[in-house]
Amino acid sequence: MVPITTFHYLVVAAALFVLGVIGVLTRRNVVIVLMSIELILNAVNLNLVAFSRMWGNLHGQVFSIFVTVDAAAEAAVGLGILIAFFRNKETINVDEIDLLKW
Amino acid sequence: MNPALNSGLNSAVNAGMAPVATPCFFYVLAGLAVVSGLLVITRRNAVHSALALIVTLLAVTGLYLMLYAPFVAAVQIFVYAGGIMLLFLFVIMLVNIERSSKDRQFNRMWPVGLAAACALLALFVTAFVKGKALFPDRMISLPESSNTQQIAGMLYGEAGRMGEYTFAFEIASLLLLVAILGAVIMTKKKI
Repeated sequence: MVPITTFHYLVVAAALFVLGVIGVLTRRNVVIVLMSIELILNAVNLNLVAFSRMWGNLHGQVFSIFVTVDAAAEAAVGLGILIAFFRNKETINVDEIDLLKW
Repeated sequence: MNPALNSGLNSAVNAGMAPVATPCFFYVLAGLAVVSGLLVITRRNAVHSALALIVTLLAVTGLYLMLYAPFVAAVQIFVYAGGIMLLFLFVIMLVNIERSSKDRQFNRMWPVGLAAACALLALFVTAFVKGKALFPDRMISLPESSNTQQIAGMLYGEAGRMGEYTFAFEIASLLLLVAILGAVIMTKKKI
């Protein structure tokens, strides 16, 4: 069996990233769109940690912690917007969120 | 021990790294992550999606452990699987999913979105096939026991000096404060 290299991790991260992008672009439920964004951020984190191991220093791991902080902030604000919107329009479908469309 | 595991271990030793885990673990965790990632974007019920996402997060945590990153793995479990997913499940319970789980699951522009995602996938495949040689095969085993201490040194600084990322760390805490205020104000009924 081939030993696992950085490349293997990059392939897994790319697969997760593409899955996340598909979720963001095609799903209708905003909660699932936000979950897909978490999937994308996880793929990025996996890349950062894999490169951190490849170069033998911890900068990638520190950066992945910052990405996690951003993910938490994004989830909090995004879900807050979602609740505010649901209170006004009684829907969470992206098709029906078109207040700013002209 | 089965022979496949054994040869994996041996090749790991030959490549000059400590055998922290065998390739089998990697394939199991990677498959688990990708399959449950697929479940996240295909399930009709948002709660099922959230549970599948938790499985993905835990599988990725296992991959972090294989990459000698125990602190990042712990942060992943605390913040993602603990905090963010709790938030998601609460919001799913607050908003009404009965209606949305019955009607159409994909938005009007889904063919365009799928085409764009496929283009991205093709880009990744081309880049990885053509650029495979650019990624060196070396895997340096990082010290696992002092991992947290070293990360703390970079974030907080050590021996009275500022760390490399101390300023960025303070900015990150400011970002979290703003996010908390934003979330609270957004969910208030009357500002």
